[in-house]
Amino acid sequence: MAASVHILLGTKKGVFILDGDENRTAWTLRGPFCETWPINHVVADPNTGAIYGAGGNEWFGPAIWKSTDLGESWSHSSQGLSYPEGEDPITSAWSVAASNGTLYAGVQPAGLFRSDDAGQSWQHIRGLRDHPTRPDWSPGGAGLILHSLVVDPQDHGRIWVGISAAGVFHTSDGGQSWEPRNLGTRADFMPEGQNYPEFGQCVHCIVMAANASDRLYQQNHCGMYRTDDGGRKWTSIEDGLPSSFGFPAAAHPHDTDTLYLLPLNGDIKGRYVPDAAAAVWRTRDGGKSWQDLRDGLPQQNAFFGVLRQAMATDRLDKAGVYFGTSSGSVFASADEGDSWTCIAQHLPTILSVETLTRTG
Amino acid sequence: MAASNQTVVVRLPGVLVDLFSGAPRRLEMTAATVAEVIDELDRQFPGMGDRLRDTRPAIRKHINVFVDGDKLKLNAPLQAGCEVFILTAISGG
Repeated sequence: MAASVHILLGTKKGVFILDGDENRTAWTLRGPFCETWPINHVVADPNTGAIYGAGGNEWFGPAIWKSTDLGESWSHSSQGLSYPEGEDPITSAWSVAASNGTLYAGVQPAGLFRSDDAGQSWQHIRGLRDHPTRPDWSPGGAGLILHSLVVDPQDHGRIWVGISAAGVFHTSDGGQSWEPRNLGTRADFMPEGQNYPEFGQCVHCIVMAANASDRLYQQNHCGMYRTDDGGRKWTSIEDGLPSSFGFPAAAHPHDTDTLYLLPLNGDIKGRYVPDAAAAVWRTRDGGKSWQDLRDGLPQQNAFFGVLRQAMATDRLDKAGVYFGTSSGSVFASADEGDSWTCIAQHLPTILSVETLTRTG
Repeated sequence: MAASNQTVVVRLPGVLVDLFSGAPRRLEMTAATVAEVIDELDRQFPGMGDRLRDTRPAIRKHINVFVDGDKLKLNAPLQAGCEVFILTAISGG
């Protein structure tokens, strides 16, 4: 059955969509959508095809945008997307995830909301912000944001979130109770001897491996990690990579042991690709070894970064891999990362890349 | 003295009107305070209140409400017949 891939781009100035042909070689760009609002994350519900964009506008505050016609028309709502009176207002939505008929949204300042009516209204999941560590959560460079949202497809009550810079938190009861899950991840920015706290790590991105819901991968401000027990213990997988710093991670859609990272040159060295030569790094063995993938990527004068939600895979058997840069280019691979093509450029700063794979 | 049944004229910015199908740039309504203007806008155009007011509660940081050249806060009283300008402040990048 023929399949088509749509690449969903959240950018600083609206949502864009790239429609691929059946070979994933020709791409057509549409947009900008969402009235050019900054949109931090765009996802599609694979069950309904509805597209949701999480964003916020300096004038009008946070909203989740929605399209049920592949981006031709959009609505927006923030009904219920608020904290009680007197608390710092929500400035922006940062992440959105669809799972088993429920939508989840992460916001700034960090908190988690759910919608059971396809994004028309939202309810605060209070358990996370009621966690006793919350008064000590500190913001990262982009603010105190809840950016990574991973829901177990086998058990919808199990959710992991990544908060910068409070670390990874987990619930196994749908959000009523939470616990930090950061054991083994470093906080190099803490004083010597205090580099492995219970919480306060600067997690940049967490993703779930295919077919193994206790296997998660993490790109942190301070290293790359894998867990095989749902985050109770993390193990460093940074040996063989050019730096310990980066933002995005993308799991292979079918192979548990394949992961894609895009390390940058370091947190105080400009945060662009090492030696200004772009490479995606792939492991086929769960992080034991790494291969740099450069064919088709710029190998000189490339001073871009790739942000935490700006790399993704599609669902086809031979997986496509995609990333968008801080300088507005999109690169695509239809062969699991072996070769790359620039399929869009001169877009606004790309904040997120996700895919919608449709069959038939 | 502001009265609860007085009529005021409200002018909305185009960038806000574009977000709500059918919303006009100019409308008349009954309101005694800025907060009541926003309540009435939200009643007529569900969701518009969230676009203008946050949960402190206060008018959003980059939204301005002016009457006769004065920038007003949420609880400011309005005079009958006044013209309320809701404007977007300079913002963005």
